[in-house]
Amino acid sequence: MLVMERNTLSEEIEELIKIYGSERSSLLQILQAIQRKHKYISDFAQQEVAQLMNIHPVEVYSVISFYSFLHSEPQGRNIVRLCQTISCDMKGKEDVKSTVEKELGIKFGETTKDKRITLEFTNCLGMCDQGPAMIINERVYTRLNTEKVIQILNEIK
Amino acid sequence: MESITERKKTRTGPVLFSSYTQGEGIRKALQLGRGNILFELKSSGLRGRGGAGFPTSTKWMLTAASIAEEKFIVCNADEGEPGTFKDRVLLLEYPELVFEGMVIAGFTIGAKLGLVYLRGEYEYMLKSLQDYIQMMRNENLLGKNILGKNDFNFDIEIRLGSGSYVCGEETALIESLEGYRGEPRNRPPFPVDTGYMGNPTVVNNVETLASVPHIITKGGEWFRVYGTSKSTGSKLFSVSGDCEKPGVYELPWGTTINELLKIVEAKNTKAVQVGGASGVCLSKSQFNRSFAYEDVATGGSVIIFNESRNMLKVLKNFMEFFVEESCGQCTPCRIGNVKLLEGIELIEKGKFTFSYINKLKDLGRTMQVASKCGLGQSSPNSFISILENFKDEIFQTNGRGK
Repeated sequence: MLVMERNTLSEEIEELIKIYGSERSSLLQILQAIQRKHKYISDFAQQEVAQLMNIHPVEVYSVISFYSFLHSEPQGRNIVRLCQTISCDMKGKEDVKSTVEKELGIKFGETTKDKRITLEFTNCLGMCDQGPAMIINERVYTRLNTEKVIQILNEIK
Repeated sequence: MESITERKKTRTGPVLFSSYTQGEGIRKALQLGRGNILFELKSSGLRGRGGAGFPTSTKWMLTAASIAEEKFIVCNADEGEPGTFKDRVLLLEYPELVFEGMVIAGFTIGAKLGLVYLRGEYEYMLKSLQDYIQMMRNENLLGKNILGKNDFNFDIEIRLGSGSYVCGEETALIESLEGYRGEPRNRPPFPVDTGYMGNPTVVNNVETLASVPHIITKGGEWFRVYGTSKSTGSKLFSVSGDCEKPGVYELPWGTTINELLKIVEAKNTKAVQVGGASGVCLSKSQFNRSFAYEDVATGGSVIIFNESRNMLKVLKNFMEFFVEESCGQCTPCRIGNVKLLEGIELIEKGKFTFSYINKLKDLGRTMQVASKCGLGQSSPNSFISILENFKDEIFQTNGRGK
């Protein structure tokens, strides 16, 4: 990582601590904010957070590894999460899955070469009455079918 | 995205979806005073709507009676049970009920801050909920000296989860709010003594809190009119799966499974999973049973399967879910769920013995008593109920074992 990038990231984290506070109860919110912007929390970011909040870096890592929406490895610019729970499964999740994999040329759990999209499965999204459902970053897409999902994937940058 | 962000009040129902004017509940609560609020709540018989069914008035009374510098009210909006989406509807279409329920709780127990723990998957509603809270502040339904009541200060903050099912367990939720891994604590002490930051804390489900303003304005006796003697009021059911009209329905407790299936126009129904992955799976012969704490208790998830569904596949989906979501803290849950899933894979391949399957059922019953929290205590429910209620189907199509 370049020194310039490091400096900007440090400043960003200092800013976040000003907003949320440096108490332990702010940790999750700070990590969520870093995740939202960078799509992952780098080793350097973890150490910065730990130092500024006066906790051990392992504590920070242990929190990241617990939550499935926080990542410690680089991800694509967009994270696509397809619901794998039973109600969406019964409404045609498998078709959507194979269409997405074919369209992007990667499997679930992988990232496209151009870093545009990471594919993941997720558990119940609370859209069981409108399945199959997925979320891209924060946005929800429901009643997916093969045509609709291709169109949505083509629209994201 | 369709209709989910629109705020339409087209739903009808006996309690939660009955008419309500914004601010009415808080006004009435301030008139009544703490003692009368607790009295109305107790006479209503309201019990926790997340699934466990603990009497709400007891929780509030214990917290109100404890002496502490700070107290908290937490709204559990970490709706992660497969097949449940009622809280999504309440938060998007009826936020006034949920937030005013929190204000009334704050007034009753003496809390100054309410925290909403919103699941990470619902981040898309964060902005509109924050806007609603701001509007309540502008109208003095939140903030300082609420509606002119001296020294009654209360505010609401929303915190996001990050995709963990076990954080719906109240002590895991508190750990997560405090910035730790969402691993459940030992209980006791219960959150009513030692909750958020070690202070007395009431953790209530979204639906429980949403019932409060109606009970306060219309009275505990009115609430009791609906439902059965042990399960008072109504319940929101999140219905999905094989039916013509999936969605959220408000029905009085005591409604039978057959009645619900008729309402949602389900045909050729073979099985109904009540209570999500951690609930039980019922077969046709049990469809005359009713939804109630004393019969089929549920947090409201109803998943319908028709004749064409493979029940072993359904069970495998549930067990994969638990293996993924177990926090790994206690051994029965961490290892037990993996063993149950392996058992299902053996059945799939036809390479099983009945004595081993029976041992796995025993393991399941051990997990029900030995696991630390509700996750491991309830994850064997579907394993046991599906293998027992659908044994003919499962063991015939997958060979008779060796």
